[in-house]
Amino acid sequence: MLNIIWPIFIIISYIYAIFIGKIDKVNVEIFNSVNEAVSLSISLLGAMCLWCGIMKIAQNTSLITRFTKMLNPIMNWLFPSLKENKKAKEQIAMNMTANILGIGNASTPLGLKAMETLQRDNIDKEKLSDSMAMLIVLNTASLQIIPTTIIAIRVSLESENPTSIIVPVWIATVCAAIAGILSVKVFIAKENAKYNDKRRR
Amino acid sequence: MEIINYISIIAVPLVILMIILYGVIEKKKVFDIFIEGTKEGIETTIKILPTLIGLFLAIGALRSSGIIEGIGKILSPILAILKFPMEILPLALLRPISGSASIATATDIMKTYGVDSQIGIIASVIMGATETTLYTIAVYTGVVKIKKIRFVLYAALIADIVGITTAIVVCRMLSIKSC
Repeated sequence: MLNIIWPIFIIISYIYAIFIGKIDKVNVEIFNSVNEAVSLSISLLGAMCLWCGIMKIAQNTSLITRFTKMLNPIMNWLFPSLKENKKAKEQIAMNMTANILGIGNASTPLGLKAMETLQRDNIDKEKLSDSMAMLIVLNTASLQIIPTTIIAIRVSLESENPTSIIVPVWIATVCAAIAGILSVKVFIAKENAKYNDKRRR
Repeated sequence: MEIINYISIIAVPLVILMIILYGVIEKKKVFDIFIEGTKEGIETTIKILPTLIGLFLAIGALRSSGIIEGIGKILSPILAILKFPMEILPLALLRPISGSASIATATDIMKTYGVDSQIGIIASVIMGATETTLYTIAVYTGVVKIKKIRFVLYAALIADIVGITTAIVVCRMLSIKSC
């Protein structure tokens, strides 16, 4: 994707700049920009390390299993077809927990494992099952309690109050997640209705 | 308003405290584990550096060429009706496609307009509240080699649009400029 977007950005910028006579500005700016990228990474390093360290501790305690148990009622509502499939349910719950705690590098492998488990019970192996669709949409919603990366960036840019965004993030995340979940439910219901219609005829 | 601000402030120490306490109670070698995690933090930061350089270059070129203002002028009537902040547009478009690209764009927005300006806050909230939808879908369907993804893309994009819209509305309502 970026192999297409990136050159387009640069090419149209240059052409446009030549056209309106701002090429000297672009020349200065591109070198400033790469320098900024490097200095940003350096100032980002501390906060990133802090969060990765803390989350590693969380990963090593029983916090995750506890969280997973708490999620059980929600899981039954989100994945009604998984009542018997304990293994898949457990993996999905772990994936969601890792998402909520913001352990990015743990949540993706767990989610992918859950996908493979779900695929084993999938009737049409070339089409996503209802549970798979829900799992993916849940993972495209950012459900974390502490948006660590963005806080780290805000710290590195010397924000006066880097964590002031947390509550707004919660509100936006919850709204996005609810919209995603409801969309999945509605789409599934629609498809089922269509399928039943066909069978009746 | 103050309660929201207070919750925002204590959320971070609370989470850190809870996790460390848990580690200590369960007799884990918390310091060793912390150091181990820190190494991963360094790796991640170094891993995103090349992308950051590449995208800062492209965005720097775009911004200084004046083309964003040009497009903004063309789109401004539509965006004005929707009350959508023009400054956010590149981020809103890149966010579903690439994680590192959107991090770079958001950082750039915060730098240009101020971290604690309304635009900066909106950019932060969008970053915190949404995910790289297309990438996630690609990875999750790729692992089971499924191409028929049904409605998943639409459902995920609906979630993104709702997330971005809520982010803008909430930030405007709370108008947390520099609390």
